[in-house]
Amino acid sequence: MTEPNLIGGLIGGGLIGLASLLLLAVNGRIAGISGILSGLVTGGMPGDRLWRSAFLAGLVAGAGAYALVRGGLPLHFQAQGLWLILAGLLVGFGTRIGSGCTSGHGVCGLARRSPRSLLATVTFIFVAVITVFLYRHVFR
Amino acid sequence: MKTVASSLLSGFIFGLGLAVSQMIDPARVIGFLDVAGRWDATLLFVMGGALAVTVPGFPVILSRPHPLLAPKFSLPAKTEIDRPLIIGAAIFGVGWGLAGFCPGPALAALASLSPSVVLFVAAMIAGQWLASRVELRSRGASQTVCDDGGQL
Repeated sequence: MTEPNLIGGLIGGGLIGLASLLLLAVNGRIAGISGILSGLVTGGMPGDRLWRSAFLAGLVAGAGAYALVRGGLPLHFQAQGLWLILAGLLVGFGTRIGSGCTSGHGVCGLARRSPRSLLATVTFIFVAVITVFLYRHVFR
Repeated sequence: MKTVASSLLSGFIFGLGLAVSQMIDPARVIGFLDVAGRWDATLLFVMGGALAVTVPGFPVILSRPHPLLAPKFSLPAKTEIDRPLIIGAAIFGVGWGLAGFCPGPALAALASLSPSVVLFVAAMIAGQWLASRVELRSRGASQTVCDDGGQL
C-alpha cells in the first residue's frame, strides 16, 4: 500500500484546520463539507447558496492549484463502477442523515467539544474499518 | 461580497490541505482504515494537524460576540444523541470504507476531471437528495402522529 506521509499529513492537516478557523471567524460557519454541499442540494436562500458555491469552487481550485504545481493529483481507486456508485450513494445518504462527515464532525465538531460529533466520528471510523476488513480480507 | 471571498479562500486552503496531505487519494485513506494490512498512519497525522489548530482556535473565535462579517455564528443546534446520528454515521462509514472517499476529498478531486470522481460525486449528491426526501417523509409522519395524539 502507501508509504506514510507524516510531515505532509501534519502540514495538510494544519491547512485544513486553518481553513476551518477562517470560515468560522469571518462567516460564522462550520467547514463541514457534506453540510455545505447538502445546503446546495436541497435548496435554501439565494444568499446562502452563494457562499456555499464559493467554498466548493475554492475547494476544487485548491486541489487544482496543487495539481498544476505538482503535475497531477494522486488518485488510486479501490472500488470501481457499480461499487463506486453504491459507495457514493451511501456517503451522500449517511452524511445527510447523520448531519456530517469527516470534516464537520471530525475536525470542527471535536473542536467544539460536541458529544454528538465525537460519537459520530467513532462510529464512522469503526464501521469503515470493519467494511475495509470485509472488502479486502474476507470477500476478496 | 467579502463573505463570498472569504468563503472562496477558505475552500481554497481546505482543498490545498487535502492535496498536500494526500487525503485526496482513496488509497491513502484505505491504507489507514485497513488495520489488517500495511497500516498507513497518515490520516491520523492529518486529523492531528487539523485539531492542533481548531481545538485551541475555535473557543477563542466563539468567545467573540459575532463573526467578523456576519451577524451571528451559525452552529448546529442539536445536542441530543439520536438514532439518525448513529445510523447516518454508520451508513457513511460503509460508503467511506468501500471507496476511501469522503465528501471533502471527493469534491476536491473533481479538479482531476477523472470520470470515476465525477461518478462518485454524482452518486453522493443523489444520496443526499434521497436522504432529504426520507427526512421530509419521516417528519411528515411524525407530524401526523402528533396530530392524532392531539385529537385523542
